[in-house]
Amino acid sequence: MITKEDVEYVAGLARLELSGQEKEEFTKTLGNILEYVKQLEEVDTSSVQPTAHILPLINVYRDDEVEPSTDRERILANAPEKLNGCFKVPRVI
Amino acid sequence: MNYETVIGLEIHAELATNTKIFCGCTTAFGDKENTHCCPVCLGLPGALPVLNKKVIEYAVKAGLATNCQINGFSKLDRKNYFYPDLPKAYQISQYDQPLCEEGYLDIKGDFGSKRIGITRIHIEEDAGKLLHEAEDGSTLVDYNRGGVPLIEIVSEPDLRSAEEARLYAEKIKAILEYTEVSDCRMQEGSLRFDVNLSVRPEGNSVLGTRTEMKNLNSFRALVNAIEDESKRQIEVLESGGEVVQETRKWDDVTGKNTSLRSKEEAHDYRYFPEPDLVPVVLEEEYIERIRKELPELPDKRAKRYVEEWGLPEYDAGVITASRPMAVFFEECVKSYGGDPKTVSNWVMGELMRLFNEKGAGAEDIPFPAVYMADLLKLVDDGTVSGSAAKRVFTEMFETGEQPKKLVERLGLLQISDEEALTGIIKRVMEKNPQSVEDYRAGTKKALGFLVGQTMKETKGKANPALVNNILKKLL
Ligand SMILES: [Zn+2]
Repeated sequence: MITKEDVEYVAGLARLELSGQEKEEFTKTLGNILEYVKQLEEVDTSSVQPTAHILPLINVYRDDEVEPSTDRERILANAPEKLNGCFKVPRVI
Repeated sequence: MNYETVIGLEIHAELATNTKIFCGCTTAFGDKENTHCCPVCLGLPGALPVLNKKVIEYAVKAGLATNCQINGFSKLDRKNYFYPDLPKAYQISQYDQPLCEEGYLDIKGDFGSKRIGITRIHIEEDAGKLLHEAEDGSTLVDYNRGGVPLIEIVSEPDLRSAEEARLYAEKIKAILEYTEVSDCRMQEGSLRFDVNLSVRPEGNSVLGTRTEMKNLNSFRALVNAIEDESKRQIEVLESGGEVVQETRKWDDVTGKNTSLRSKEEAHDYRYFPEPDLVPVVLEEEYIERIRKELPELPDKRAKRYVEEWGLPEYDAGVITASRPMAVFFEECVKSYGGDPKTVSNWVMGELMRLFNEKGAGAEDIPFPAVYMADLLKLVDDGTVSGSAAKRVFTEMFETGEQPKKLVERLGLLQISDEEALTGIIKRVMEKNPQSVEDYRAGTKKALGFLVGQTMKETKGKANPALVNNILKKLL
């Protein structure tokens, strides 16, 4: 089971603002999801390595060779705000 | 009460690759903002990272050079946090299965030799750079550095003073330079230190509450920050307070560190395996091949200087601490052909003096090693006196000119002409009758004064051995 405090904490980490009603709702629905997934705990996995990746692949590399970067105009085209060739964001320390 | 300071260092080093860790954008430094970016390093939806082969090679090399175990199986993880220098809102790093673990380094100082444990070395991507130059106070972001490959070298909390921390950090830098894993250009931020520090009453085995200071980018800042924070924590405890676990910011200008944010709220990174990148599996054969490629490392090189060339251990340690210095030194020894100790005396004396004066290092020497060797030969064959050679050396460091030309230009050719010197010495004796009398009356140290006066008269150009002989004869 998860509590309303858990929901508030996770929402905080994800920078989401939730209304009181939403908090109630998500406490219930997220709890249901976790409850459902919990069934997996019935399986004995003590001798199984955790899965790092679902594909049967390892060591996919590229060579260290320079390729052209994207034009700066295009890089900045989607930026809500820009200045002097930079992305402009609210002040941070 | 006496307190013990306990320090662990996290060292970030940018790797010397041509391209970023997951895309083909260049890692070149100093170009226009946001010109080394692409959909991958900006984390645009749908873009897929592919790991740079060279990153694994360099990280394994760094691990082997610091006596680490190399893990046969390793994976990448997402570290989630919001900050504008991170375009994806997560950093690709390694969490529970890093490439290298359980290494160590030995440091040497007044305390003798001490082994410092290395917990782990993992690979990760660097963040972008925040600029604070907008007039309205907002922040500008340059993502050129975003996605540049880093290794993070995490030490055990084995360090007990600013001095030990500096020696350890310098050793790491030397090893990364020797192995050419990183260029370690500190003024460009290629090597950065995070300090974890706590204090405890001496003899206490429980660790105190620690604070963290991030992104120190010079050895001086490292030392000052440690001393300041250690003092602050002791003062807090002495006055009956409690140290708060938090991140603090070191200010190079004021020489003080201040609270930045408390750690509890900031640290929940929700690591999980990076789904876009497959695991790294390293065969024993591959690891051994890299091991064979390792160059002679600083400790081994210093040992060779002591055993084969008779250098004092301290001098050998200082010279091998920087790869460019060791390379310069060896070239000079080779070209000089005389006693390597003569070369090391000049390096430890004159060269280090100039480094200190100018805040320079071996990479800033403006003349080839062979010039220094030539100068030493000029001293040996009596062309210049030792003191005149020091003047030539200082000038050579300014202009990079050949020593022979400088000797001529500065008029420092040594006077080894007996007749000419005899004339000068006679004049000096006439001017200093009291000293002559003293010497004859048995005050032997008057001779030194007369030699000094002769050297002054000749502006340091007289051959001192010859001056001594002539003086003794005339007296
Ligand atoms: Zn890129």
